[in-house]
Amino acid sequence: MNIVVCVKQVPDTWAERTLRPEDSRLDRASVDGVINELDEYAIEEGLRLAEAHEGEVTILTMGPDKASESIRKALSMGADKAVHVIDDGLAGSDALQTSAVLAQVLGRIGFDLVILGAESTDARMGVMAAMLAERLGVPQVSLASKVEVDGTALRIHRQRDYGYDKVEASLPAVISVVEKINEPRYPSFKGIMAAKKKPVETVTLADTGLDAGQVGLAAAATEVVSFANRPPRQAGTVVKDEGDGGTKAAEFLAGQKFI
Amino acid sequence: MISYALSDEHQELRQTVAAFARDVVRPVIAGYYERGEFPYDVVARMAKLGLFGLPFPAEFGGMDGDLFALGLALEELARVDSSVAITLEAAVALGAMPIYRFGTEAQRRRWLPDLCSGERLAAFGLTEAGGGSDIPGGMRTTARLETAGSAAGAGRPAGAGEWVIDGTKSFITNSGTAITSLVTVLAITGGHPGGPREISAVVVPAGTPGLTVGREYSKVGWCASDTRELAFASCRVPEDHLLGPRGRGYAQFLEILDEGRIAIAALAVGLAQGCVDECLRYTGERAAFGHRLGHYQAIRFKLADMEARTHSARLAWYDAAARLVAGEPVKRQAAMAKLLASNAAMDNARDATQIFGGYGFMNEFPVGRFYRDAKVLEIGEGTSEVQRMIIARELGVPD
Ligand SMILES: Cc1cc2nc3c(=O)[nH]c(=O)nc-3n(C[C@H](O)[C@H](O)[C@H](O)COP(=O)(O)OP(=O)(O)OC[C@H]3O[C@@H](n4cnc5c(N)ncnc54)[C@H](O)[C@@H]3O)c2cc1C
Repeated sequence: MNIVVCVKQVPDTWAERTLRPEDSRLDRASVDGVINELDEYAIEEGLRLAEAHEGEVTILTMGPDKASESIRKALSMGADKAVHVIDDGLAGSDALQTSAVLAQVLGRIGFDLVILGAESTDARMGVMAAMLAERLGVPQVSLASKVEVDGTALRIHRQRDYGYDKVEASLPAVISVVEKINEPRYPSFKGIMAAKKKPVETVTLADTGLDAGQVGLAAAATEVVSFANRPPRQAGTVVKDEGDGGTKAAEFLAGQKFI
Repeated sequence: MISYALSDEHQELRQTVAAFARDVVRPVIAGYYERGEFPYDVVARMAKLGLFGLPFPAEFGGMDGDLFALGLALEELARVDSSVAITLEAAVALGAMPIYRFGTEAQRRRWLPDLCSGERLAAFGLTEAGGGSDIPGGMRTTARLETAGSAAGAGRPAGAGEWVIDGTKSFITNSGTAITSLVTVLAITGGHPGGPREISAVVVPAGTPGLTVGREYSKVGWCASDTRELAFASCRVPEDHLLGPRGRGYAQFLEILDEGRIAIAALAVGLAQGCVDECLRYTGERAAFGHRLGHYQAIRFKLADMEARTHSARLAWYDAAARLVAGEPVKRQAAMAKLLASNAAMDNARDATQIFGGYGFMNEFPVGRFYRDAKVLEIGEGTSEVQRMIIARELGVPD
């Protein structure tokens, strides 16, 4: 089985993140880049499926030079090879443009299954799987908390508020995963050493067959019109126990949709 | 020139273990520490990460790394918690390493794969109640070989002899866990009392009749690690459990300890760094007399000293490790690294606790545990006095 996992490098979620005033884009330079958290679950799921079905896992990343660190990490976790789409002309591309680029590359390298994290921690659009599936003309099976492949049959559990739905599709397909699906492995030292020797193909904008005028900040279909800092944290709610503390706490949690 | 610039791979290993310590160890370790409980689940996850196989070749299930890789992993673990770090250090540098260095091919094939995978842990039994520094002078444990040729073993077929071990070992790390595989025991195997004694190393698998594992000690620090007394009473193991040539036990142990000291130095640097990490955060949060703590020079200077000590101790273990990897003699450098790093750990733990005030004295905070964990670094694997004795001897100080 030919599995492609789309991996995005995002600014470290543990660090303070800011938008740049000049172009309303995320300041990526001053913060360490890490693999988008949900993408680690996508990689893990890809590796497990590949182990179970004698498959091969390819990492697909669009991003600047720095993103190669994240590619390396994905390879040290155990992926077999990677494709890095890298071109200055792509800077500032929005989700729609990114999906166009990734779809072009996916069309060329071929796949049985494309796996993505359900959303990225930076932009939090959560639309990439849908856009890719549409562009590639294959089923999209989203928010998977469990994945099974049997021949060309794909079965997933889709995480819902009330439990899960069972959804079926046939390969080739695009799936997005949620964090409940597995526990991503840490790369071992052997994996780290092996990653050095794994092939990483770099692809430029010209290689994708797309026109420079279609991508990048200037041609983006979406625009950040304005942004404001998040308001300071509000004081918490204090529930005083006057015999009904349990009920009040439960009401509060229900009100916030925690339970 | 000896170079100790870290390769990309070593950097990545450091980052991986740092993330592991932050995400897996840190959230749960205080509870284990408080209960004095061995953290089997954390150790199992360290095993899955391949930490127990770091310096061993892949043919035995290892990771094809080196002492540098082990040191970096120990440093990053100890930055968060020393109990799991010492569990790894003792299992690898003291437990598995003698089997790898001195074992026959059959012994390596038999024991190393389980140890490299971290599914089982090995221990090293040297110290006795009568003395840990004065080795072999203070040693009493004996191992007597019964063979076809000896009176007691008459009638045995050749090669089917047995070592019969009697004595007691104190403070043995990893010796009583549910996953303990074996303990390598240093014992007197010949010679005369008063004269030079023959010391050999014998492997005793866990569960061997005649081996009684004592209760877990109540310790000041390292409370989530396993340390026990082992009693041997006519404890019999097959003749082929001798590790290395007969009579070479003491020399082997000196070799193992050079490496172990570098590993302990790395662990101590981790603790020292953990103190800096915690204080850096805390001095930005805590306020007194209208300013953050970080505003006051008395605090800033403390942190500067803590950072400087950590840095110099780190360079010392890097240097010793680089020399060892390059095959150069390291006795003096290893002793200096251990001495400097355990000093740095103690000094930083004391300063960090002071900066944290009352919170620094609470077990639930890392700093309180750093304080309790630091002291033993000046004692285990050669006390600071022993390190100074070695350095002075290597220096050729006339006596
Ligand atoms: C938590 C823990 C885990 C341990 N794990 C292990 C293990 O896995 N395996 C193992 O074999 N051992 C282990 N040890 C034992 C440790 O290595 C010894 O405690 C240590 O070597 C010191 O020996 P001792 O306790 O007998 O002290 P002693 O040797 O009795 O020393 C007492 C004091 O006298 C000083 N001293 C001794 N001789 C001299 C001298 N000539 N000049 C100046 N000062 C001197 C010492 O430095 C020390 O300060 C462990 C100890 C602890 C606390």
